[in-house]
Amino acid sequence: MADAPIIPDEAEVRARWGAFQWNDDSKAKRDAILSRYPAGREQSASIPLLDLAQRQVGAETQTQGWLPVPVIEFVAREIGVPYMRVYEVATFYTMFNLAPVGRFHVQVCGTTPCMLRGSDDVLAACKNKGLIKGKTTPDGLFTLTEVECMGNCSSAPMVQINDDNYEDLDYDRTIAILETLANGGAPKPGTQEPGRHTVEPKGGPTSLTAMVTENHDYRDEWNVAAQGADA
Amino acid sequence: MSLLDKDRIFTNLYGYQSWRLDAAMARGDWDNTKALLALGQDKIIDVIKASGLRGRGGAGFPTGTKWSFMPKEPKPDRPNFLVINADESEPGSCKDREIIRHDPHKLIEGALVAGFAMRARAAYIYIRGEYIREAEVLFAAVAEAYDKGLVGKNACGSGYDFDVFVHRGAGAYICGEETAMLESLEGKKGQPRLKPPFPAGAGLYGCPTTVNNVESIAVAPTILRRGAAWFSSFGAENNKGTKLFQISGHVNTPCVVEEAMSIPFRELIEKHCGGIRGGWDNLLAVIPGGSSVPLVPAKDIMDAPMDFDGLKAVGSGLGTAAVIVMDKSTDVVRAIARLSYFYKHESCGQCTPCREGTGWMWRVMERLRTGDAEIGEIDMLQQVTKQVEGHSICALGDAAAWPIQGLIRHFRPELERRINERGGNVAPMQEAAE
Repeated sequence: MADAPIIPDEAEVRARWGAFQWNDDSKAKRDAILSRYPAGREQSASIPLLDLAQRQVGAETQTQGWLPVPVIEFVAREIGVPYMRVYEVATFYTMFNLAPVGRFHVQVCGTTPCMLRGSDDVLAACKNKGLIKGKTTPDGLFTLTEVECMGNCSSAPMVQINDDNYEDLDYDRTIAILETLANGGAPKPGTQEPGRHTVEPKGGPTSLTAMVTENHDYRDEWNVAAQGADA
Repeated sequence: MSLLDKDRIFTNLYGYQSWRLDAAMARGDWDNTKALLALGQDKIIDVIKASGLRGRGGAGFPTGTKWSFMPKEPKPDRPNFLVINADESEPGSCKDREIIRHDPHKLIEGALVAGFAMRARAAYIYIRGEYIREAEVLFAAVAEAYDKGLVGKNACGSGYDFDVFVHRGAGAYICGEETAMLESLEGKKGQPRLKPPFPAGAGLYGCPTTVNNVESIAVAPTILRRGAAWFSSFGAENNKGTKLFQISGHVNTPCVVEEAMSIPFRELIEKHCGGIRGGWDNLLAVIPGGSSVPLVPAKDIMDAPMDFDGLKAVGSGLGTAAVIVMDKSTDVVRAIARLSYFYKHESCGQCTPCREGTGWMWRVMERLRTGDAEIGEIDMLQQVTKQVEGHSICALGDAAAWPIQGLIRHFRPELERRINERGGNVAPMQEAAE
């Protein structure tokens, strides 16, 4: 709690976001989200709707997006619960930005599996490109955050930038990705290790090799005698 | 005996082929699912019980037994729910991600089969918020299944109505705890509930609910197709089946791989991971089951069988089979201190021992890392871990305590060395070096 962010709620925030409404795209998505939960359980939609709102704010501001207080109030009205019930959700989950962020939210995983594979180098690369933890670069391009395990441990270290993961990083590859983004390019998401597909061992899979070239159906090789639930 | 490709369940694990419905069907998914459902609820549960499948989320509770706890005759106003835990956040774990993005139809078919067996009205798949692209695949795969009538009304022509919904989280490790997940699904902060009542009695929206891990659900259709005897032909007694292992850290080729349970650690590493970086003599320690289990020093782990009982015997656990390997270049105190930071960050703040204890333990760990401590503080830390352990609503407090206990148990001389070396300084440094 000590590192809780200062939540902006000044007159200009209210002036900018006080009239927040869903755009047409978001409206369709909101309806799809609400349809997943039973009648009377609209509160279940609080997380998906906050995410939707954050994305719309992001689209309007050309950033990853954040949640101004008037937008949180809007979401609370949408699902018919007191503001505090949604506010506490927005502050509990780490993916909600409570203050503005840059165009690219650089989230470097620093937990032990990534640390063992060199996340220090990834952070050093970010530092040398002028990124400071918890801050946005003056050009508004990058916000750097060190996050906890992102579940890419077998292709560590990794960084998640907005919606995409970049894996198997080192110092140079991190620099290359940041420079590509800064120049308006789109780096290839996923593993950055040449020749690696996803999470198979580097150098080629040690199992399921038939799957590499064709959509192999292994059922012909099943032992026929062992088939059936009665076996 | 080594596992053959034909006996691997997740054949598209590496995503060389499409995850789409037609490709998945060509690999054998959704193959006459109606016939599987025609076995009937009790028979399905019996087969899963007989297969020896234990929950793949970490606790290892027998899956068939868990399903059998659900009410046999749900009331119309209190339907049964299946909640599938795809909130994979345990440091080291990265298996559910591969299932979801490369073989999502195994999960969706499993949801139908498992949901049918426990007489559930619907399944909610709770996927962690950070799995953004993975969730996109899952949403699309569910839509495909609806389009083809595989789920929804009269699922697979079985006459059974069953919905599958995907719910994205937003970044909170604690939501992997089953009751916290239910709170989060209801749109609240993910703070675990007191048990009892257990979810099978009062879970999601107060209705009977079973929470299962992605892998436990996704293997169910294949077990039903190939039979309990096939599945239980792998692994040691009481530790049956195949398992996705996720190896990270200091091996030459980290990877995710499906192997038979009880495979010896050395064989797993040699076969799939290209050995330990710098050779076996360079192995320092292994965290064999994700961050929540104690580390095991090299000499104990090398020939240990990778299963629930085998790892329990060396003072650790299988957890999610997330194998974090550390060689001798590792600053082991820093590695564990980083985990302490993780638990401090992820404590939900509900129970005082965990909320205050995780922060306290992390701060002491940081001082032990630099040696800026006294020998007596090692014992004090050990004592505090015992005060956190078992004194919180959920197991996060335990999970925060165990890695530290493991470190003190196996690496106390290293902790003392740092303190002594630092104490040797005439003028103690005020600040730790970066």
